[in-house]
Amino acid sequence: MGLIVAQILTGLANAAALFLVASGLSLIFGVTRIVNFAHGSFYMLGAFIGYSLMQVLPGAIGFWSSVLLAGLLVGVIGVIVELCVLRPVYKAPELFQLVATFGVILVIQDLALMIWGAEDVLGPRAPGLKGIVRIMGEPVPKYDLALIAITPFVLFGLWYLISRTRVGILVRAATQDREMVGALGVNQAWLFTGVFFLGAALAGLGGAVQLPKGGADLLMDFNILAAIFVVVVIGGMGSLPGAYIAAVLISVLNVFGVAYLPQSTLVLMFVVMAVVLTIRPYGLLGREEVVGEHGQVGEPEQPIKPAGVKARIAVALLLLVLALLPLFGSKFATILATDIIIFCLFAASLHFLIGLGGLVSFGHAAFFGGGAYAAALLVSYVNAPMELAFLLAPLCAGMAAVIIGWLCIRLTGVYFAMLTLALAQLLWSLVFQWDEFTGGDDGMVDIWPAEWLSSTTAYFYFTMIVGIGGILFLRHVAHSPFGYALRASRDSARQAEATGINTKRVQWMAFSFAGAMAGVAGALFVFSKGSVFPVELEIARSFDGLIVVFLGGVKTLAGGVVGAAFLELVKDYLTRLEYWRLALGILIIIVVILAPNGIVGSIRKLAQRSGLVKNHYE
Amino acid sequence: MNESANDAVLDVRGLSKSFGGVDAVVDVSFTLQRGELLALIGPNGAGKTTCFNMLMGQLKPSAGKVYLNGENITGMAPRRIWRKGVGRTFQITGTYSSMTVVENIQMALLSHHRKIYSMMGVAHRQYRDEAMQLLQLVGMQDQSERPCAILAYGDLKRLEIAIALSHEPTLLLMDEPTAGMAPQERIALMQLTADIVSEKNLSVLFTEHDMDVVFAHAHRVMVLNRGQLIANASVEEVRNDPQVQEVYLGGGTLFKEQGASHA
Repeated sequence: MGLIVAQILTGLANAAALFLVASGLSLIFGVTRIVNFAHGSFYMLGAFIGYSLMQVLPGAIGFWSSVLLAGLLVGVIGVIVELCVLRPVYKAPELFQLVATFGVILVIQDLALMIWGAEDVLGPRAPGLKGIVRIMGEPVPKYDLALIAITPFVLFGLWYLISRTRVGILVRAATQDREMVGALGVNQAWLFTGVFFLGAALAGLGGAVQLPKGGADLLMDFNILAAIFVVVVIGGMGSLPGAYIAAVLISVLNVFGVAYLPQSTLVLMFVVMAVVLTIRPYGLLGREEVVGEHGQVGEPEQPIKPAGVKARIAVALLLLVLALLPLFGSKFATILATDIIIFCLFAASLHFLIGLGGLVSFGHAAFFGGGAYAAALLVSYVNAPMELAFLLAPLCAGMAAVIIGWLCIRLTGVYFAMLTLALAQLLWSLVFQWDEFTGGDDGMVDIWPAEWLSSTTAYFYFTMIVGIGGILFLRHVAHSPFGYALRASRDSARQAEATGINTKRVQWMAFSFAGAMAGVAGALFVFSKGSVFPVELEIARSFDGLIVVFLGGVKTLAGGVVGAAFLELVKDYLTRLEYWRLALGILIIIVVILAPNGIVGSIRKLAQRSGLVKNHYE
Repeated sequence: MNESANDAVLDVRGLSKSFGGVDAVVDVSFTLQRGELLALIGPNGAGKTTCFNMLMGQLKPSAGKVYLNGENITGMAPRRIWRKGVGRTFQITGTYSSMTVVENIQMALLSHHRKIYSMMGVAHRQYRDEAMQLLQLVGMQDQSERPCAILAYGDLKRLEIAIALSHEPTLLLMDEPTAGMAPQERIALMQLTADIVSEKNLSVLFTEHDMDVVFAHAHRVMVLNRGQLIANASVEEVRNDPQVQEVYLGGGTLFKEQGASHA
């Protein structure tokens, strides 16, 4: 009994930091509609800055003022990020800003590395709260009790701010209808900045306050990112009490998970989220998101047309040059080109979902990695010839997409995104922890192509035919009746349903199709590398896909492919630098600001302005 | 009465809807004959759109039945009702903003021909002639290649009518077809509708605020007030019905004046 109480208390204490960070994310999303990937970075900065301050400021007063100061400073950093990076791109299509925040993550990672070094930092114990208290015979750290006591006050303070003050009224009004708030004479820009300050400060506080328990390291930004998204989604976007309940739920369950079912720890929160979203599609205390409620941001999408003769000739020439690469390029260049084509196919399949279907999936890597693992398992366990494994892999990925899609497609918007993320995480942890079957962390090796494809050049041509064939097929489907039905379901589900289109089924099929195409990319990948590791199923891989789709231009057909090629090439060059993340992050931010319609979208705009291409909107 | 005692296109019996204690529509019954242009009028909040959404399947009725050509379609999904030959236009237009005007109609035609799951061929080239004919019908053939997103409001309304006609429906439901249009446009749009109705022998149920439009084109008028039908008669009778006048104008006299214009 005592042990259980002690574990619940530990869970409650762990919930403190989680709640602080998650409530900040929830506020920022609620008002600005920005999915702030960089929120974990604010949390990390709070920890490092708090640590440095605690080195200078002595005693209990020094400790607690360090915590507060860390929050304040991170808030200011949040304001700088908002002003310099996000303000220029508010007019961009929805979710485009997440690319910018991804750039911020990279920049902050390398800056933290420069300032605090690669070593993990052990947090100082809180003066006056160093010991333990025995509760029912079990030791409970005093600091845990302090955290448990503080959190409700923070919750109450935030609740008071949001529901009882004038600022809070504005924030809530902006959460519901920011155009209206703007029309009523509230300076939206500064409201956004203010909310960003508050949200970042909460993340910083969370980072600093958990120092005595967890310290600070360079991985904590990504480590908490998934958890806070889960908390916000379980609680219901924009609901502070919801975030608190979810933080407690996740933390307490996690403590018990560690104690009784250690294998569960990686997935537990995702299972909880999947269950909650299946029962309550808008989280515990969330409100239904009406599609289109917040209006279309940015210009409407332009109608698509099959490429004209000139464009076809240009593409054919480009492909011809590419096909000649093994003749004049180095082996390294051929391998790089192979990698790029594979990544382009992956990006194109995700772009099909996002660009045409408006289905923003945060878990598309599940099907890329799924295809790769399916092929690897077939080769390893049933000794399948490469050709057979290659054919079955996309089918397996497609089947996974059928199941995951069936669960997710009922949800919309950010809830849909989060459920795809959760289920992808489930698949990842299955692969990661099922050592004896999948090799776990060690991955699967010795998965080589058949004899006739064993040379680099042969495999390059194989990749070119299958990969580029896949990309062209995706493009064709965009122009086919199915592609049109998918766009119709996105543009006006009401009209589509009223004219005989089963929109959910169309979206489900699109999800499955895109999953199978990602599976093709995965199969190409595993045979080109000869091995596959769980990292191919990870959130980071899904985010790679997202980034390039938006970077390339979500509202253009070629966006995914162009974005993928651009990022792979740039990465290949930049990763030779010591602080390549900093360089890449800054580059992404610059591209985002210069090309708010994505690379392809902005080039098209330029071409239209200069009269090279006809503009439908004149 | 049997399941379908009369040969009405639409037979509505005892239709009711309440939203958590608020009775939006109460026991509404009426029939609509082939070739008839029936208007449903009533003040704001009378339950007209709720009625429409129940007929077209967007809302499930709390009670009552809807028969289409004798078949019970109560609570059927909108897409199924559409397949049975019912077209509808919305009070707030719903069109595909990323497509051109003609593609909007092609989409409906593709759906009608059950091609939406096809990955073959180029949608842009399929059923193009039929779509152009429909555009011609509503007088928009000149705008066929324009992106739908830049159309004027009145043109969106006309486009919606063309979409609604794409599967050659026998019944057309139009929720405030002329809302938000200039007076000249209203007359023109309703004239267009009336012409199509007589040409194709369609039945139409429409809601409307503009009495000029109603009195000029409707064959019969129903008046809804606080969810209840208070009149269902010819234009002349409804115009002179004291209860209707009370509801609409608080007992004023304007109603009686022929050709009076309304704001």
